[in-house]
Order: sequence, then structure tokens, then C-alpha cells
Amino acid sequence: MSEPREHEHHIVSPKIYGAILAALLVGTALTVWASYIDLGIFNPIIALAIACTKATLVVLFFMHVKYSTRLTKLAVFAGVFTFLILIGMTLSDYISRAWGTW
Amino acid sequence: MSPVNTIVSLPDQSTARIPRVNYLNKENGLLSWLLTGDHKRIAILYLISITFFFFIGGALAGLIRLELLTPQADLMATDTYNKVFSMHGIIMIFFFLVPSVPATLGNFLIPLMIGAKDLALPKINLLSWYLYMAGGILAIYTMATGGVDTGWTFTTPLSTHYVNTNVLTTGLAVFIAGFSSIFTGLNFIVTIHKMRAPGMTWFKLPLFVWAHYAASILMVLGTPVLAIAIVLVALERTIGIGVFDPTKGGDPLLFQHLFWFYSHPAVYIMILPGMGVISEVISTFSRKRVFGYTAVAFSSVAIAVFGFFVWAHHMFIMGVSNYAVLVFSLLTMLVAVPSAIKIFNWTFTLYKGSITFETPMLYAFGFMGLFTIGGMTGVFLGTSGTDIHLTETYFIVAHFHFVMVGGMLMAFLAGIHFWWPKMTGRMYPEKISQLAAVVTFIGFNLTFFPQFILGMLGMPRRYASYPPEFQILNVFSTAGASILGVGYLLPVLYLVWSLKYGEIAGNNPWQATGLEWQIQSPPLTENFVVMPIMDHEAYDYEWLERQKEKEVASVG
Amino acid sequence: MSDSSAIAHGEQEAPHEEHPSYLRHHFESTEQQADASNFAMWLFLLTEVMFFGGLFTAYLIYRNWYYPAFVAGSHQLSIPLGGLNTLLLITSSFTMAMGVWCAETRRRSGLVLCLILTFILGLGFLGIKTIEYTEKFEKHHVPSWHYSLNSFLNPDSDKEARAAGDQPLPLDMARKTEVYFSLYFAMTGMHALHMIIGIAILGFMIFRARAGAYTAGHVTFVENFGLYWHFVDIIWIFLFPLLYLISRH
Repeated sequence: MSEPREHEHHIVSPKIYGAILAALLVGTALTVWASYIDLGIFNPIIALAIACTKATLVVLFFMHVKYSTRLTKLAVFAGVFTFLILIGMTLSDYISRAWGTW
Repeated sequence: MSPVNTIVSLPDQSTARIPRVNYLNKENGLLSWLLTGDHKRIAILYLISITFFFFIGGALAGLIRLELLTPQADLMATDTYNKVFSMHGIIMIFFFLVPSVPATLGNFLIPLMIGAKDLALPKINLLSWYLYMAGGILAIYTMATGGVDTGWTFTTPLSTHYVNTNVLTTGLAVFIAGFSSIFTGLNFIVTIHKMRAPGMTWFKLPLFVWAHYAASILMVLGTPVLAIAIVLVALERTIGIGVFDPTKGGDPLLFQHLFWFYSHPAVYIMILPGMGVISEVISTFSRKRVFGYTAVAFSSVAIAVFGFFVWAHHMFIMGVSNYAVLVFSLLTMLVAVPSAIKIFNWTFTLYKGSITFETPMLYAFGFMGLFTIGGMTGVFLGTSGTDIHLTETYFIVAHFHFVMVGGMLMAFLAGIHFWWPKMTGRMYPEKISQLAAVVTFIGFNLTFFPQFILGMLGMPRRYASYPPEFQILNVFSTAGASILGVGYLLPVLYLVWSLKYGEIAGNNPWQATGLEWQIQSPPLTENFVVMPIMDHEAYDYEWLERQKEKEVASVG
Repeated sequence: MSDSSAIAHGEQEAPHEEHPSYLRHHFESTEQQADASNFAMWLFLLTEVMFFGGLFTAYLIYRNWYYPAFVAGSHQLSIPLGGLNTLLLITSSFTMAMGVWCAETRRRSGLVLCLILTFILGLGFLGIKTIEYTEKFEKHHVPSWHYSLNSFLNPDSDKEARAAGDQPLPLDMARKTEVYFSLYFAMTGMHALHMIIGIAILGFMIFRARAGAYTAGHVTFVENFGLYWHFVDIIWIFLFPLLYLISRH
């Protein structure tokens, strides 16, 4: 047909799901704990890093992207990329407004 | 040997018949159309409804031009004028231009061109049409009950705090139409990836398919941001959440960022499918493969990708930071390059081609000239220095009408005429259609070229009145508009006429390459009796010659 | 594709070949159909990413502009409730993934159990959300609805603000807490709407699963719904730290 299918319906084992669940729960506890500590500029960075890691785990394992075709991975990347463009380039306006007129 | 001045090759009209079984007569009755999953029938449904909305938008344009005949706001109240141009923009953009080529020609042709029996998601396709109709009917209802006067751009805080018009209902109509667009794009992407016939590799696809693929990416990734912008405007108007309200700490400019993040890619959603049509038409009527296939294919995707990086060039004077202006202006220069690449490639396709001037080719030539002018003036506007003077004037109006009407609408008409024989089995009348094309071209230039000058001289857009020294150019523009109206009315008349009285077209009246031309006209519901194998390159006219020799040899 | 070669190469298609009832006629094989619908669901999720993306953009901008107001607003949210909701949703993602596994391995009762668990966990999430929203109404922290600045001008009068050790905000910054709550309601509200739709579809799926619709080899619906459910979970994974955990020290 059109695309060679690498993913011949790989079935992910419940053990992996369990491990990911544990990791997500740990991550949640970690992010709550870290928010109570004053790390200055790193607080939001750590919070986002943990959230991104949790999201990545969900995407790769719960949503099977690790075992999916290259096309699926490309689609996920395209979505994330466009989202980052939206946020990044919009923020670039807001951040630079205070810089004055040159 | 066919005569040199036309490539049309029709079967013997005394014995030719429309094929006994085709998608039009396979099932009868209204429900068989309203509940169809056949992409070709859905395309026809779209064609009829899009034409309907086009003429509503056109009527509104007529009202605008009538008002602007005189410097005073004497035909209608200025508030009414605001509503007229707003509705003209909303209907033309969301209910005509965005769906025009993809939903009609794209829907009809993409499965045929890739060798599939239908799109991947036929029910979603039908849903897409119903959403379009729901949005369109709602838009007409809002017009009838008072309209909206914010301009099609719904700029805040005007739309959220200062007008009492039907912003919410219009926003809802656009929201619904947006989902129609998303589903169409989604369907195309899945189909092109997953349903190509054996041998149909990416680089054997017609460039029409590449163009629709690129436009579909924009539809899927860009339209949802418009959706959230509309939702936020609705929340702002109803609950007053304050997200765009300066008195509550909000920033009106945030709306514009979200709005234009979609609306700039939207212009590429509108033009890319048209460019796909032009690739097919220019190749067929020069009897030559498109020059630089890979460049044209990749430039479509490049336009789609770069198109996401430039939206704030619509906001240069709105209060964005100077640094943002710099960055977006620079990026806008970049995005012009892939479009220009296409124009060059089409020109090189023409070079040493065997050119004939049937109607689709006339529209294609019109496209190339007018889109080039429109595109170039886009570069003038992308340079922030000149934009400060030209923005919000008639220069902008002229620019986007050149690319959208001189470009996109001409491409749409080129495509309708080119594939009319395939969709209906009948040829349109050539002489009157060539006349209509020329009339359209003349009318267009007379309407919109003066507007460039008006803009440079400083006439603002969206104003019902203007200084008296601008009147003469406005009169030219209105005169051109009436000629343009005739040029657009003619096709409706003769195309409908051709349904009964047009010549029988046969499979391949243009002797074109492409899988859609190797099957009967109109096609069967299931498109192909036998799954095609793609064993030749795109635009392979030698392959076509060999096919014809085989046919001749076997008939004997 | 192995299935298509049987039909390709010029053979006439038989009047009606043997195929599973759920194979639509424009597809050549069930693999192609499952593949296509899976990809289609991913593309739909991309549209959802961009849809929520607009809200996240608004959030990031206003958090930068009005950080003290966002801190004060965030302190009004209950971490135990938010954390519990996070645990519920993450677990529901697990049960949903297990449900897909049951469908793939043809375990009908396992699938029904997993779907019911996901359903209950989802309802639990919405229940806690209702409690939180009610609390906001009672404290007059709903934008434009008798919005009160009292908790932010006089933090000692407010239980949560006292517990977080908040200082009184200047009046103009206190006003910006309304922006925070606007985004809070817009983002969690949009998220909750997606949850409601998901739970409704889950209800439908439980009935169909009991009838064995998804354990006979045709798992596409469950699989694709799973993708949607995980996506809704991911949105919450970001909403929780961004809304609840802004500076708790």
C-alpha cells in the first residue's frame, strides 16, 4: 500500500504500563514537593521539566508512540513544534516590548 | 494530427454518449445526495453551496463599490457600510475562498489522482459539508438580523467592548466553518499518506496533490488557534473575563496574535490549492512536464511551514515591539521566496512548450500575471518601513484582492473549467468561456489597479467617505467591478447550459496525464474498476503517447 | 501491503470478497483502515494541541506581567484537591491503557472493568472539580460575577491566603488576580468540557464492550479513544503545576 508499516500492532505489556504509572505518580509528588522549596528562577523551570517528562512518558508508552510508525512520531513532533512557534514567537513580542525603541 | 491551436480531442459526437453508469446516476433521490459518502457527490454539493455564497459575497461587494462611487457616505449609513464590508470579507474568506478549491476540486480529484476509491474518512467528509452549511446559514442569519461591523478581523477591544452587533453569532458561524475546514484538511492528509495506489510514490504525485497536502497541514494546525481566539472573544463579550480588556489588565493585542496566527496561514490555505491547479493546467496546455517538479513540490511545503512564522506582519502598526517588527519583517521576506520559485518554474514550463489558449490556460495566464503583482506588493507591505504608510489604506485592499481574486479566484475558475468535463462528462462552450475569461481579466484590472494608487495617495480602507480628489479612481474601480460581475456571471450561465447541451467530453478531452483522465467522464462511484498501478512519472506525455498508440493499435 | 497485492495487478475484484463486516469498502485491508483511522485521530489531537495552545500562550504572557497576582491567585487553590485530581487522572490513564491491552488480548470482562474504572475515575475528577468551582463561587473569585478583591487586599481575612503567608497586594495588582482566575476557569473549564465528552463516550463504549464489540479483533475505537483520553490527561499534567504550584514557598 502506501507506507511500510513498522508497527505490526505491537502490544505493550501491562508491566510497562505499571512502571509508567509509578513514574507519573512519583513525578507528581516530586513537583508538589519542589514547589515548596525556594529555588528562585529554577522553580518554574523544574516544574515545567517534570511536566514535560510526565507528558513524554504518557505519549511514548500510554499512547504507544515509541512503538509507532515514523509518521506518527513526525506528526507528534509537528504538533509540538507548531505549538512552540505559537508560544515562542508571541512571547518574543511581549518580552521585547520593554526594551524600548532601540 | 490535431489542429495546432487546440489540444481538445473529443470523441465523435454523433455516436458518443455519457457513460451509462456513473456517480451522478448511480443512485437517485435527494437522500442519496444528502447522505452520500461519495467524495465526488460531496464535491458537487460543495460546488453548488460555494457558488451560492460567492454571489452573496459578490452582492455585498457590489454594494461597497456603489457606495464608493461618491465621496460622501450617501448610499447607506456609515454603520451599515461597516456591516457590508465586514460581511463581504467574512463570507468571501470563510465561506468561499478557504473551502473553494479544496472542498470542490480537492474532494473530487484527490482520490482519483492517487488511485483510491474514496477519501479515508467519507463520513467525516460529509460532516464537513454539513458544518460548512450550518456555519454559512448561521452567517446569513446574522447578516439578516443586523450583521457585524467589526471587519472580518474582529479586532479587540472593538469587537469585545464597543459594538452591539452580532459578534457572537458571527463568531460561532466562523467557528463552525473552521471545523469544516479542519476535517477537510485532516481527511486529505490521512488519504494522501495512507491510500495511494501501488507505485504511486510521493514524487509521482501530481503537484495538485502536493499543494493540497501543504494546505491541509495549515488547515489542521492553524485553524484551531482561530477557534480559541473566537472562544476567548465570546467569553470576553459574555462573561467579561478580561483577557483582552486593558482595564482589567488584559492585552487587546493578544487577540491579534492568536487571530493572525491562523489568518496568515489562512491566506496560504487559500492560495496553495489554486497553485496546484495552475501546475496541472500549465503543464497540460504546454504539453510539457512541470519544470522542476521537486522544487515546486517542496516549495508548497516550504510555504506552509514558513507561513507559520510571519503572522505579525499584519500587526506592524498595532503596538508590537520594534524588535518583533524587525524579526517578522525579515521572515516575511523569506516566505516570498517559495512562491516566487513556483512562478519561475511555471514560466520555465511554458518555455519551449507547445502552448494553446483554451479557457483554463487563459485563466492560468491571468493568475501568473496578477498573482505576481499581488505577491510583489506583498513584499512592499512586508517591509515594515513602507508598511507603516501603506497599511490600512487601499493599497492593502488592492494587494489582497490581486492575490485572492486575480490569483485564487482565477485559479478556481481555471480548475472548474479544466475538470468540468471530468466532473460532468460534458465540455463547456469554448468561445464564450474564453470571452468570459478576458472580460474577467479586464474587469479585474480596472477594479483593483486604481486601488493601488488610491492607497499610495492615502485613501484609508473601511471608510464609507473619502476626500473628493479620490473620486475619479473610485469611479474607475466601480466601473471595473460591474464588468467583473458580468465576467463572473457568464460562467454560471454557460456551465449550467453545458450540463444539457455541452459536447460529450469522453475520458480525456485535454489529452492530459494523470490518473483521473484515464477513467470515464463522469467517473464511476468507485472510481476505478481495476486498481491502477502507477508505473510512470507524473506529467509523462511520452507515456500518454504510448497509451494512445496501444489504443489505436488494438482498435485497428 | 500483502492484502492489496491480491487485488492489484489487473485482477477484477470479485463481486463481494470475504471480509470482516467492519471493513469499509474504500479500504483494501483492515490494517490499512486501522492505520488510517489511528493517524486521523493523531491529527485531530494536533488540532487540540493548537486549540489549548492559545490558552497556554495567554497564560504565559499574563503570568509574566502579573506574577504577584498569579501567586496570590494560585494560593487560593487547594493543592490536596488538585493533587488528588492529578492522581485520579493519571490512574485513569493507566486504566485506559490497560483497557486497550485487554481489547488487544481479547479480554472482554477485563476491558469492561478497565473502562468502568476509567469512567469512575473521570467522574471523580469532575466531582472534585465541582467542589473546587463551588468554593470559588462562594469566595467570590469568579471573574465578573461579584468578583471580590478582599482576599488579596486583606490576606489575613482569608484562610488560604493566611496559610500561604500572603502579603497584601497593592490595589492595581490585586485587580489582576481576576485575569488569573479568568485563565483558571477558561483552561480548567475547557479541560473539563473535554473530560465530559470523554466520559460520555466512555459510557457508550462500556455498553458496546459488554456486547463484545471491541474484543473480536477490531480494537480501533478503543485504541483511538485511548489516545484522546491520554491527551486530556496530558493537558492536566501541565495545568496542575502551572495553575496550582506557582510558588508555594
